[in-house]
Amino acid sequence: MGKYIVRRLLISIPVLFGITIIVFGLLQIAPGDPVSGMIDPTIGNFDADMIETEREKLGLNEPLPVQYFFWLSRVLRGDLGYSLITQKPVADMIGIRLWPTLKITLSALILSTVVGITVGIISAVYQYSLVDYISTFLSFVAVSLPGFFLALALIYLFALRLDWLPTSGMVTLGQEPSLWDEIQHMILPVSILGIGSAAPLVRYARSSMLEILSQDFVVLARAKGVREWVAVLRHAFPNALIPLITVIGLRLPVLFAGSVIVEQIFHWQGLGTLNIWAVLNQDYSVLMGLNLISAILVLSANLLTDIAYAVVDPRIQLD
Amino acid sequence: MRNQSVDSESKQLNKPKATDISSDSIWRRMVSRFVQYRPAVFGLVIIVVLILIAVFAPVVAVQDPYYQDYSALKQPPSSEHILGTDALGRDVWARLVYATRVSISVGLVAVAIYTVIGTTLGAIAGYYGGAVDAVIMRITDVVMTFPALIIIITVVALVGSSLYNIMAVMGLLSWPGICRLVRGQILSLREKEFVIAAKALGASDADIIFTHLLPNVLGPITVAATFGIASAILTEASLSFLGLGVPPPQPSWGQMLTDAQKLTVLAEMPWLWVPPGLMVSLTVLCVNFVGDGLRDAFDPRTVLS
Repeated sequence: MGKYIVRRLLISIPVLFGITIIVFGLLQIAPGDPVSGMIDPTIGNFDADMIETEREKLGLNEPLPVQYFFWLSRVLRGDLGYSLITQKPVADMIGIRLWPTLKITLSALILSTVVGITVGIISAVYQYSLVDYISTFLSFVAVSLPGFFLALALIYLFALRLDWLPTSGMVTLGQEPSLWDEIQHMILPVSILGIGSAAPLVRYARSSMLEILSQDFVVLARAKGVREWVAVLRHAFPNALIPLITVIGLRLPVLFAGSVIVEQIFHWQGLGTLNIWAVLNQDYSVLMGLNLISAILVLSANLLTDIAYAVVDPRIQLD
Repeated sequence: MRNQSVDSESKQLNKPKATDISSDSIWRRMVSRFVQYRPAVFGLVIIVVLILIAVFAPVVAVQDPYYQDYSALKQPPSSEHILGTDALGRDVWARLVYATRVSISVGLVAVAIYTVIGTTLGAIAGYYGGAVDAVIMRITDVVMTFPALIIIITVVALVGSSLYNIMAVMGLLSWPGICRLVRGQILSLREKEFVIAAKALGASDADIIFTHLLPNVLGPITVAATFGIASAILTEASLSFLGLGVPPPQPSWGQMLTDAQKLTVLAEMPWLWVPPGLMVSLTVLCVNFVGDGLRDAFDPRTVLS
C-alpha cells in the first residue's frame, strides 16, 4: 500500500511540473510587462533604476528557462506575485476567497453524491419501472440544463415569487451573523451546483448497480433465501459503490468550473467571482494564480481518489 | 439526413470487412437500434429543424436582429415582435434565430478540432506504447487538471474573444477525453489477430492505425463526439453569459441571458430570458438524446425487440 501511494505521488510530480510550465507559458503570452506583476509594489516608486535592479534580482534578465526556475522557486514558497490592480499579494487574494468556494463546492459534492447514488440505485433496483424512466429522463434534463439558466429560474421562483430564499450574497447585510442565515444563502447555489453534478452520477450508479445485481454472489444470496432488501443493500450496494469513487473524484473539476458561473450569479465572494473580476480587469497575475491553484486542487483530488480506490478495492494490483 | 450520414460512415467501414452482406446488416441493425430509442429520433428531428433554422435564419427571423428601434425598448411580446424587444429595441425572436448559428457552429467546429487532435494523439499513444505513450498520457493528465471552463476563460481573455477564437480555444483544450478513450481502445485492439496478420503481411504503421484500428474505434469516438457537441454548446453559452463569449452585437443564447442577472429584468421581463434559456436546454438535451441513441446503436449488446 505504502509503495503504491509513493509511486502514485511520483507520477504526480511530472504533472505538477507540466501545470507550472503551462501557467508560466500563459504568463509569457499575456499582454503587458510580466515584470510588473512580480515586483512588490510597496517598495516605492518605480524609477527605471529600481525596476532594473528588481529585474536583476528576480532573474528576469535571464533566458526563459532560467526565468521559469526563478518563478517556480517563488511559487513553491507560496509567492504568486502581486495583483496588477489592487497591488496586493495574489496568494493573499486567493487565500481569503478559497474557503467560500470550498464551502459551496464541497457541499455540492456531498449533496450530489448522496442524491446521485440514491436515485441511481433505486433506478437500478426497479429497472424499467416508471421510477426508472422518470429518473433517467430527469437526469438527462439536468445534464442538459445550463447552470445559469437553472440558477435564474430558481431565483425567479424561490426568491422573487415565493420569497423563501435570498436572491444573492453570502449573508444578509446589517444583520447579526447566524448559521441559519448562512445556510439560507447557501441553499440555492449549492442545489444548482449539486443538481448539475448529480445527474451524471445517477447514470453511473445505475449501471454499476445493474452490473452487480446480475453477479453470481447476489444471485446466490437470493437463492439461499436472503430477504430482497438485504441482498440489495448488504450484498450488492457496497460493491456497486467501488467504481463510483472515481466518478465522484472527477466531479471536482466540474464543480470548480461550475462555481465560476454560480458565484457570479449569486455574488458569492469566492474564487469564481475573483476569476471573472481578474478577466474583466485584465489582472493576469491573479488569473494565472487562480489557474495554478485550481489545477493543484484538482490534482490533489485525483490523487486522493486513486488512493481511496486502491484502499477500497482489493482487486487493484498494488505493485 | 440520418440515413445519409450512416451510409457515408458505412462506406468507410466496409473496406476492412470481408463481405458486403455482413457489414450491410450490421449497419442496418444499428439504424434499427437507433430508431428503436424514441428520444434519439425526437432529438434528431429537432436538431435537423435547428440546423434548417440556422441555415435559413434570414427567412425564419423575418426581422433584422441588429436593428435597434429606440421607440420600442423592452416591449413585451406583440404581433409585431412575437417575443418582444430587448433593452436596445432589437427583436428578440430574430436574435434567438440568429443565435442558433453561433451555438451550432461553435459546437461542431470545436468538437471537430478536438476529435482530430484527441484521436491522433490517442492512436499514437495506444499503438506505440512505451515512452511515447507515457509522454502523451502525462500531457493529457496536465491538460485535464485544469478545470475546463476556467482555463478556457483564461486563454480567451489572453487571445481576445471572437467567434473563431472561442472555437479554436475550446478545440485546442478539450481533447484529453477523446485521447484517453481512443488510446484505451487501441491498446486492447493492437494485440488482436487481425492486427498481427496485417503486420505479418507487411502493412505500415500508418496503414494499420488508419485502416485496421481506427475504423473499429469509430463507434465510441462518434458517441463521445456527440456528447462533446452538447457540452461545447453549454460551454459557449456559459462564456457568452459571463460576457466573455461571442462579442456583441452578434447574438448568442448565453449572452441574451446576461441581462437577466438584473433582478428587474428577471422579475418583469421573462420574454428576454426564458426563450434563450429554453433554446440552449432543448438543443443540448436533443444532442444528448442522439448521443445516447448512438451509444445503444453501436453497442451490440443492445437487444432488438
